[in-house]
Amino acid sequence: MSAVRLRDLTRSYGPRTVLDVAGLDIEQGEFVCLIGRSGSGKSTLLRALAGLDGDVAGDGRIQVPARRSVLFQDSRLLPWASVADNVTLGLRGDGVGDAAATALADVGLAGREKDWPSALSGGEQQRVALARALVREPELLLADEPFGALDALTRLRMHALLRRLVAEHRPTVVLVTHDVDEALALAERVLVLEDGRVVLDHRPTPRTADDLLAERRRLLAALGVDEDTSTRLRETA
Amino acid sequence: MTTTPIRPAPEVRHDALAGADSHVRLRRLAPRQLGALGLGIGPLVALVVWQVASSTGLLPEQQLASPLTAVTTGWEMLTTGELLPHVAASARRAYLGLGIGVALGLGLALLSGLTRSGEAAVDSLVQIKRAIPTLALIPLAILWLGIGETMKVAVIATAVLVPIYLNTHAGLRSIDQRYVELAQTTDVGRAEFIRRIALPGSLPGFLTGLRLAVTMCWTSLVVLEQINATEGIGYVMNRARDFGQTDVIVVGLVIYAVLGLASDALVRVVQGRALSYRKGMGS
Repeated sequence: MSAVRLRDLTRSYGPRTVLDVAGLDIEQGEFVCLIGRSGSGKSTLLRALAGLDGDVAGDGRIQVPARRSVLFQDSRLLPWASVADNVTLGLRGDGVGDAAATALADVGLAGREKDWPSALSGGEQQRVALARALVREPELLLADEPFGALDALTRLRMHALLRRLVAEHRPTVVLVTHDVDEALALAERVLVLEDGRVVLDHRPTPRTADDLLAERRRLLAALGVDEDTSTRLRETA
Repeated sequence: MTTTPIRPAPEVRHDALAGADSHVRLRRLAPRQLGALGLGIGPLVALVVWQVASSTGLLPEQQLASPLTAVTTGWEMLTTGELLPHVAASARRAYLGLGIGVALGLGLALLSGLTRSGEAAVDSLVQIKRAIPTLALIPLAILWLGIGETMKVAVIATAVLVPIYLNTHAGLRSIDQRYVELAQTTDVGRAEFIRRIALPGSLPGFLTGLRLAVTMCWTSLVVLEQINATEGIGYVMNRARDFGQTDVIVVGLVIYAVLGLASDALVRVVQGRALSYRKGMGS
């Protein structure tokens, strides 16, 4: 069953069409990475799925689950609200506090409920944002370069955390990145966007390190980067 | 064309490493922060000059009383119980006007900052009010509200309203659009948006407005208490003018200064507490 279904989706800024997707279906529980150069329309597509583009001209049909969460590049925590209050933003009812505590424990921040966001490191803030996204048990998790502002080591840890949490909660995931390695580390399916169109729809299944390098080369080629990784490896060897 | 030889970099003195101070010294480009004591130097010097001028007869008593005379007079007025009822009367007017003005300014700012129709109705009016000096409203206020307490409180309230409105409105306007997006994606309703994002987001602006307002509520008082008042610091000062008591006038001025500064300090404490979330690690 498709969780996400797009038909004839267009978005344009003035005379410039930034998105033109004839058709796209994403299966329930699928982890999709959207990659593309700057201006390829990947963020525009994500914002369309999130319903955040009401002021952008466009047409087409979008079918998405009702329960959606968005993970932004910045953690977007309210600086004046405690960590727990940030996690439960928009939630009502009893047990909200317990839900926050559980969600925070899930991202390795147990006991930090009462801290101000400014007391957390960048990686910790993004983990709070992840807890806020997952505490509402989304059917669709939309992430716009969520780890783009983190350092390389923190990013690797976040990949592992996200993989574990997605395996537990089983949402459908659409994650935008410009990092081919991140896409290969996370995605079951990679979509490459160029000039607002999907130019490559691919399910990488690397089994060996050589497979991974081949996949990497293929995706980079689709992005217009002709870096011959094998040559580089030979030079450094 | 003459060639200027490039000045060699100053030699690194290795013996400096052996010194007791382990800090690397850099040239200071901005002045060091001035402490509370340093800030008091200006007023202190002025006070000494004033006293010397009075003692040497350079500044006659009928022009301005000396600081010592003023202090003595102030102490007498305080101990005889003459002063306190006047201070209380003034404080009642000032803070009643402040309370009403803050409530009105805050209400109007929320109306104008959160709704388009509210902004259309309110914003230009407040901007026009801002351009008119408060004291210029007194003749009209007297015609409408008489010369009693209502008029005085109303004039103070309209004066105080302006900085509260302007700063709160600016605070609301400056709330990051990204938080609005966040609210949209987390199913935050209108009421929760106001409570959890709009109000705390505009709090810094409101508190800045409040700091201006607490000193402003005393400013109009001097003039207002010249009109049909039988008590209040302004009344005492005007009566002193008629009798040529410059020492009493100085006492009144000092009371205004102290009350204004104390109110401001109080709001700064509240500001520090309410905005404590801004202090993160290391700051």
